Amino acid sequence: MNKPMGAEGRAAGSNSDLLGLYRTMRRVRTFEERVGELFVRGQTAGSMLHLSIGEESAAVGVTAAMLPQDTFTTHHRGHGIFLARGADPMRMMAEIGGKEAGYCRGKGGSMHIADMGLGHLGANAIVGGGIPAVVGAGLSARHRKNHAVSVAFFGDGATGQGILYESMNMAALWGLPVLFVCINNQYGMGTRIDQATANTALHERAIAFGLEAETVDGLDVEAVAEAARRRVDGARAGRPGFLAIDCYRFYGHARKDKSPYRDAAEEEAGRARDPVAFARARLLERGLVTAAALDALDAEIGAEMDATIDFTIAADEPPLASMFRDVFAPGEPEPEPVRARIDRVLARD
Amino acid sequence: MAEMMYRDALRKALADAMAADPDIVVIGEEVGRYGGAYGVTKDLIREFGAERVIDTPISEPAIVGTAVGAAMTGLRPVAELMYVDFLGMAMDQLANQAAKIRYMFGGQIGVPMVLRTQGGTGRSAGAQHSQSLEAFVMHTPGLRLAMPATVADAYHLLRQALTRPDPVVFIEHKALYALKEDVDLGAEPPPWGKASVLREGGDIVLVTYSRQVHYAMEAAAALAARGIEATVIDLRTLNPLDFDTVRAHVERAGRAMVVSEGAMTSGVAAELAARISEECFDFLEDPVVRVAGEDVPISVSTVLERGSVPSAGLIAETAERMLR
Repeated sequence: MNKPMGAEGRAAGSNSDLLGLYRTMRRVRTFEERVGELFVRGQTAGSMLHLSIGEESAAVGVTAAMLPQDTFTTHHRGHGIFLARGADPMRMMAEIGGKEAGYCRGKGGSMHIADMGLGHLGANAIVGGGIPAVVGAGLSARHRKNHAVSVAFFGDGATGQGILYESMNMAALWGLPVLFVCINNQYGMGTRIDQATANTALHERAIAFGLEAETVDGLDVEAVAEAARRRVDGARAGRPGFLAIDCYRFYGHARKDKSPYRDAAEEEAGRARDPVAFARARLLERGLVTAAALDALDAEIGAEMDATIDFTIAADEPPLASMFRDVFAPGEPEPEPVRARIDRVLARD
Repeated sequence: MAEMMYRDALRKALADAMAADPDIVVIGEEVGRYGGAYGVTKDLIREFGAERVIDTPISEPAIVGTAVGAAMTGLRPVAELMYVDFLGMAMDQLANQAAKIRYMFGGQIGVPMVLRTQGGTGRSAGAQHSQSLEAFVMHTPGLRLAMPATVADAYHLLRQALTRPDPVVFIEHKALYALKEDVDLGAEPPPWGKASVLREGGDIVLVTYSRQVHYAMEAAAALAARGIEATVIDLRTLNPLDFDTVRAHVERAGRAMVVSEGAMTSGVAAELAARISEECFDFLEDPVVRVAGEDVPISVSTVLERGSVPSAGLIAETAERMLR
């Protein structure tokens, strides 16, 4: 490839001191809140939006442990991971809104966003669909000796997919520089993890394949970052790993989902386990920063993310002719438009 | 000129390509120590080592998915699916991932992989090991599709596939592995995406690919003995599809038959017949006729198996009826 430069990503995600982690988590949360607003306003394309609010520590803690040459794939709830890796929130929001200025020129959207520059091999709308690609990236890294780790991010829902086990088995068998990160937000759409599997200690199944595996509490971003560093370093040394991060999906599966399948008491308890609030409280408790300074930081981030909405609404739609571009490589003939074919067929004498 | 088997031409293509391009790796079930279920990758592991000829567990989705990730990060993988019938297992990785990555990601990156597999009848292998599923592939934008009929094409199309920037599904025919032909691999092959006109005749055009090319040639010879001259077009690749060659010959002959081993309904033959009907309408003396596989699963019984796919006899008989 396509060497991920990643310097930018590292800058945003590698601020591994607590203030840096807090700042990135706050950016993720605020971005996600704005995504919700963009949708409510209904002024752009993109109907499939899955927010990661409540799961910020996973995105931020793991990306903080990654190096610039590393690559990754994400699931459909991956905004936070990409932003924490260093994505430009303007281009992200524009992509989510289906605009030409987006990372994928409006063709990918929320669930198919990617950026080779940051090593993002793609978000995926097929549960588990992006997982085996990291095994391939691991083979590439071994073959090219570039010391890159490839990380698959997925939700607890993907633990129901066979391809996860095929991929873990192959990564372990070949000792590839690969890490599987399961962001366990307790729900695959409306099905709670204990309604989907009898053994909810998800890392145990990775151990069964010979991976180094652990579960970490997503409430504490420092703990996540530390566990991620252990696992990323292990993967880089040829010991593929698995990291489950326990958290809670604060809101529904997607925008219109009001979560009728879970009760208010559960939601209240879940939302009390807020990694952003937890980090903030700890910062204050340690006397590292004042509340006023954090408020100012939050306001600055709010303004930054507000701008993504205005930018996206004002941004150009992709030109219609771009539809035929990139089905195949540049220089290959583009597919013939249906209208052109009809014209040709009816043009006879 | 030297006599060579289809299987050996494929192996030579892999070996020559791997020697020329160190980023090519072969990955699949039994491709290494076993040498491939049909012997195509025999001894490659000795020449290139286990890091480039990678035996996998029986995990078709992850084999194809691994190839996708490898192709995105600098390798040129050749993933092998032992039977095209296993495509269902791997279809997500092929159709939702490999085929769409360039497009979904706005042209940022391609997936230069080859998925080698084999299909078709002829070995009494039963309903789950004898299908012709090329229509699944041809119906998926973003995938290239090559189906060699001849020994020379087994070599050249595979070499060419291994230079393409996009995913190529390469479907061999299991009944052709032992086919022997005289080939001069030093001769310049037709360019990628160009059909071969194997025989020219002014009465009817037989448009086909893969093993049915041989049946069509046999039928054309029989027809010639009865005074009917047929053109036989081997499409070689179904994507890209060289329709220009088809159109030019159909316009001249005024009659076209499409021959495919795949089940008739919604198959490759249906697409070809529709195109010919649309684009050559004013030149056609007769409806375009499809001679294709029956709309039934394939049986182990050789009587039923043979009966469920086109034969040289059916092709010749149909052409005669069209010209009567």
